[in-house]
Amino acid sequence: MDVVAHWNHWVVVVLMMTGFYVIMARSNLVKKILGLNVLQAAVILMYVTMGKVEGGTAAIYLEDPHAAHHGEAEHGDGHEDDEHHDDGGHHDAPQAHATRPVTYSNPVPHVLMLTAIVVGVATTALGLALVVRIHEAFGTIEEDDLLDLEEGGG
Amino acid sequence: MIDAVVQHLPAWQVVLPLLGAPICILLRRPAWAWAWTVLVTWATAACAAVLLRTTLDGGPWIYEMGGWPSPIGIVYRVDPLAAFVLLIVSGVGAVVSLYARRSLTAELQTTRHDLYYAAYLLCLAGLLGMTITGDAFNVFVFLEISSLASYVLVGLGPDRRALTAAYRYLIAGALGGTFILIGIGLAYQMTGTLNMDDLAQRLPPVSHSRTVLVSFAFITVGASLKLALWPLHHWLPNAYTYAPSVTSAFISATSTKVMVYVLARFAFGIYGEPFAFEELGLGRPLLVLALSGIYVASAVAIFQTDVKRLLAYSSVAQIGYMILGISLATPAGVAAGVLHLFNHAVTKGGMFLAVGAMAYRTGSTRLEDLRGVGRVMPVSTLAFVLGGFGLIGVPLTAGFVTKWALLEALWAEGLWPVAIAVLLSSLLAVVYVGKVVETAWFHEPSEALRARAEAPVDLLLPAWILVGLSLIFGVWGAWTTGVAREAALRLLGGA
Amino acid sequence: MTGPTTLVLALLLPLVTSLWVALTGERRANLRDGGMVALGALLAPLLATLVPAVAAGGRPRLELVELAPGVPLVFELEPLGLVYALVAASLWPVTALYGVGYLRGHHEHHQTRFFVFFSASISAALGIAFAGNLATLFVFYEVLSLSTWPLVTHHQDEEARRAGRVYLGILMSTSIGLLLLAIVWTWSATGELAFRPGGILDGHVDDGLLPVLLGLYAFGAAKAGLMPVHRWLPNAMVAPTPVSALLHAVAVVKAGVFTILKVVIYVFGLDLLTRTGASIWLMWAAAFTILAASLVALTKDHLKERLAYSTIGQLAYIVLGAALATPDGLLGGGLHIVMHAAGKITLFFCAGAIMVATHRKKVSELVGLGRYMPWTFAAFFVGSLSVIGLPPAGGSWSKWFLGTGALQAHQPALVAVLMISSLLNIAYLMDVVGKAFFLPPPDTTVRAGYREASTLTLVPPLITAGLSLLLFLGGAQVVELLRPVVGGVP
Repeated sequence: MDVVAHWNHWVVVVLMMTGFYVIMARSNLVKKILGLNVLQAAVILMYVTMGKVEGGTAAIYLEDPHAAHHGEAEHGDGHEDDEHHDDGGHHDAPQAHATRPVTYSNPVPHVLMLTAIVVGVATTALGLALVVRIHEAFGTIEEDDLLDLEEGGG
Repeated sequence: MIDAVVQHLPAWQVVLPLLGAPICILLRRPAWAWAWTVLVTWATAACAAVLLRTTLDGGPWIYEMGGWPSPIGIVYRVDPLAAFVLLIVSGVGAVVSLYARRSLTAELQTTRHDLYYAAYLLCLAGLLGMTITGDAFNVFVFLEISSLASYVLVGLGPDRRALTAAYRYLIAGALGGTFILIGIGLAYQMTGTLNMDDLAQRLPPVSHSRTVLVSFAFITVGASLKLALWPLHHWLPNAYTYAPSVTSAFISATSTKVMVYVLARFAFGIYGEPFAFEELGLGRPLLVLALSGIYVASAVAIFQTDVKRLLAYSSVAQIGYMILGISLATPAGVAAGVLHLFNHAVTKGGMFLAVGAMAYRTGSTRLEDLRGVGRVMPVSTLAFVLGGFGLIGVPLTAGFVTKWALLEALWAEGLWPVAIAVLLSSLLAVVYVGKVVETAWFHEPSEALRARAEAPVDLLLPAWILVGLSLIFGVWGAWTTGVAREAALRLLGGA
Repeated sequence: MTGPTTLVLALLLPLVTSLWVALTGERRANLRDGGMVALGALLAPLLATLVPAVAAGGRPRLELVELAPGVPLVFELEPLGLVYALVAASLWPVTALYGVGYLRGHHEHHQTRFFVFFSASISAALGIAFAGNLATLFVFYEVLSLSTWPLVTHHQDEEARRAGRVYLGILMSTSIGLLLLAIVWTWSATGELAFRPGGILDGHVDDGLLPVLLGLYAFGAAKAGLMPVHRWLPNAMVAPTPVSALLHAVAVVKAGVFTILKVVIYVFGLDLLTRTGASIWLMWAAAFTILAASLVALTKDHLKERLAYSTIGQLAYIVLGAALATPDGLLGGGLHIVMHAAGKITLFFCAGAIMVATHRKKVSELVGLGRYMPWTFAAFFVGSLSVIGLPPAGGSWSKWFLGTGALQAHQPALVAVLMISSLLNIAYLMDVVGKAFFLPPPDTTVRAGYREASTLTLVPPLITAGLSLLLFLGGAQVVELLRPVVGGVP
């Protein structure tokens, strides 16, 4: 069944919607940021799951010269492989190598997510810093109270 | 030496402000940090000018970062459209930087000036990077760099409401950025590449799949959120209103413009007009949203009591004109949208600077505090009024050139009812600009206001440079129109 | 001096005057005003040097910049534009002189600002007259609206602000909403915006849509005051009288009818209109305005308002001439630009002189004033003759041509309209003269012992009244100048 086979995507979607809901529905500013974090985590999972190849290992340069050769090629056309996306698919199955075939997960999405994590941390830090300042300035971090206070002027 | 610089111009374009930012903090003293910022922004603007010249003559300039070829490395891709936007952003950044020193002294304690300049340069670097890059994921990275910096720029406003405005901007911005990230991820999943040119090649064969559809939807919504397309604009008015004057001018003239560019780049340059417009029919919904935005936001602007807020709503309306042009998906329509990027940037930037000059003397941007300001500060008020003419689209201002191009494009598509609606929408601008003019001239200035003098020349000069540009390119409109057309043709031609 | 150079000089002269006024300022008022009048007096002779060339078929042309690809800012002088420019140019120094007397008589504030915008608006009017294509015309049309707004709102009180809103509201909304739309339509249909003898529209726009397009032009040029877009004109009467005189009897309102004439002649073309009958509805719209405005004028007791409605009616004569789309009709329209200008400015000058001397604004208060201010009312009488169209004043020529034009268009009913309107004109204008001269003054007037207003406000109406009489003799010259425009034998 497709629905079950895509379970990892279901996790992503549920997390995504949870985060989205928290951002929209919560009045507490810190909780909104938590919601944002959940949303970002969902996206990270989405990227990671798309790069995962079943049975694949980390893309680490191996000593085996053939495997090493193979690894370089992977860089170039490894992405095309993902057209069959998440269900994995052994990249080198059609190619009959004389040597031991090595399967590894697509490293690019992982690398991208390193950046996304940094961005997420920075956003969270800045957001929380703003919340602290808002608390100092207004004495509350509840959206509804803030709106009332803002009506009254700076 | 010169040769080496020119060879790596696309890199300098981003690296200059990016590396200039930390140096601001090292310099510490406000005057030094400011002088450094001015130096860096003007150098950046010069880069952009040279790039535009180069690309208008030849094909797109594909620059490989660090010498790594695509798809392993990241490439920068400068075509006329990108270069045009680069020039708008860096040019406004350069002019506004002149203004920053004096204006900030009134709004921010001096110990924080160096940090402000650092954020300013980072924001500039992010915006330029988004424009110049040829890599989809890189767009996201630079988007977040510029966004994070601009939350800081907004949050440093003198009013405590700047904090909540910055917070809401952050939530909306992070949401928009994440949506774009999701969209890029799904596109990558289908094609295995992040290079824009490669994406453009590999997406059409798989465009029928739901994944591509969803990815495009996420990118469109995310970009629309960041560019404040009505009704996703709620973060914008407060952010522009309570931010320091420098921020309002800079962000309003650049940030949303770059997002419009990103949307156009993805829609036409990557997913392609056949998919986005013919198959999905994106044009009509965008057209309806743009037109509703023009009317609703203009109407709301009429009822504002704060000049900056009024300008902010006007910005939402003006963004509508850009999206309206783009929604036609014809060379003429896209050219009109692109043209308005420039015209609105100089007009609105100049107006925010003029309001900032008034605020510098009066300490307020509320209409009731600005009664009779036209008699006390005629030079700043005149700059504001001339900018206002641009918003209305009075002939001999840049706004008219846009409107002409837009009407021409609409008429060519047989959409004359929309053309009429666009014309009538100008009247709303007449009302909200007229309201400020009446306040400025038809009231006796209060005692407190009467004691004020005209704003100092270092505030007036930048405001007048931008307003002057909007007048110059209102007369020599054929030049900007020509560049915009060239840019639009290349974008739609897929070159 | 070549033609194009003269055009530039003529456009710059009012701006230089403006600058002169601004630089000399309030403290050197005599120097300021003297220089202004002197500079102003140069304009008409400067333009007159172009008359022989234009009469011989020359069309001085000057292309400046491209506003948008294919849309240049271009000046090209043809006879109709020359006539309009000459009218504005000759009446400007007279009005400037009058304005000095009027503003000083009233001890007005901000005289410098007033004269700065006053002079600048002349430049805009000349821009309209010289416009070589629709875009250029539109540009200066808007500049004229905006540069006269500070004049209308000169008093800066609540009333002036309201009037200013109506003024700019109507003029801007019609010009942007209708006129610009018509221009864009024309541009899309034909791919050009040039004024070309014989028109550019033929074969490009569906015949059934021509009346719509013509309507967009006719109501878009709301400065022409065609009902129902006339409301701005009575409102603008809150402005100081020199503004009412020069701008709202001459420069601004004539810019509107001039636009309509230009469009009819050079965009539509007479043949096209005659063949399709696209302008027949406009004849009747104009006829309605003529009669309605005259009737409203009868009911107005406020003298300037009465004159304003009279202007609306007279402007509709010119629109009617355009709508007739016959050679005589257009000649009559073009001629009436001149004749009505000289006549109506006289009337406004007189109204202002009466206000300065007696502070009276209503017709009913003018009873018996004739014996105290004989010269003023004599000038008023001559101006009235011209507006009504009676010999020996110039106005009789234009009405004559309009009448024959209506016959050429096979619309005898319109001749009847013209005659009824003339009777109405007599009723509302001669009413003033009659009350002033033939009714005995009430006691209050006798006790006040009024005298003629100061020389500066008295001489200008006498000059323009004399001009009205001269135009009766010189009407033929104007006709000859204009005739090539309508395709007649020169």
